Amino acid sequence: MELYQGPLDTKKIFSRWLDEQLTSNYGAYIPFVGIIRAEDGIEALSFDIYEPILQKWFDEWQARAIQRGAIVKMAHSIGDVPVHTSSYASAVFSPKRRVALELIEEFVEDFKANAPIWKYDVKNGKRIYAEDRSTPMDGAGLLA
Amino acid sequence: MVIVEFLGPIGKAPIQIEANTLADVSAKLKEDAELTGWLEKCAVAINDSMVSDLSVSLKEGDRVSILPPVCGG
Repeated sequence: MELYQGPLDTKKIFSRWLDEQLTSNYGAYIPFVGIIRAEDGIEALSFDIYEPILQKWFDEWQARAIQRGAIVKMAHSIGDVPVHTSSYASAVFSPKRRVALELIEEFVEDFKANAPIWKYDVKNGKRIYAEDRSTPMDGAGLLA
Repeated sequence: MVIVEFLGPIGKAPIQIEANTLADVSAKLKEDAELTGWLEKCAVAINDSMVSDLSVSLKEGDRVSILPPVCGG
């Protein structure tokens, strides 16, 4: 798992991940990239991350992937990421395509639901919590 | 004493409270008007492990994290 201040250099990251696995004999490599869209007058999105729990979340996914003969990769931005740049990159390598296709969907969807990352719209230089697009994590409401 | 920290957009400094279980933490946090509306949406971790049981016992120095709704990507 890789965290970066500001936008991701996705071409470099995807290229390096591919190079790192060149001789691993995986037959499928499925990258996914999240790009910041210009909408609702935002200049950028901004992200807070709680790394210790994100790392555990990622490590659990890696263990699940390995059980299926695959591996997962992930990179995410911290702080401001301007529109038309990228904040999130992930990928799956697997021996054959079917596992990679299934795993990339499960991995990205659970990332959206349970990775401890908080998103803010940036408008006129101010950060506004994207509450309406955020999802309570599994187990939310325990203390209510 | 245990430390309670509020992550992401909650925007509240960490506090120290006396608590033997998460139920004690819940009772204490409900007294705080700043947290009204947050608790029902927040998940909880103890020492960076997610938890789902109020009866979990706490020991001196444990760190309880309050995690509001997330949106990565």
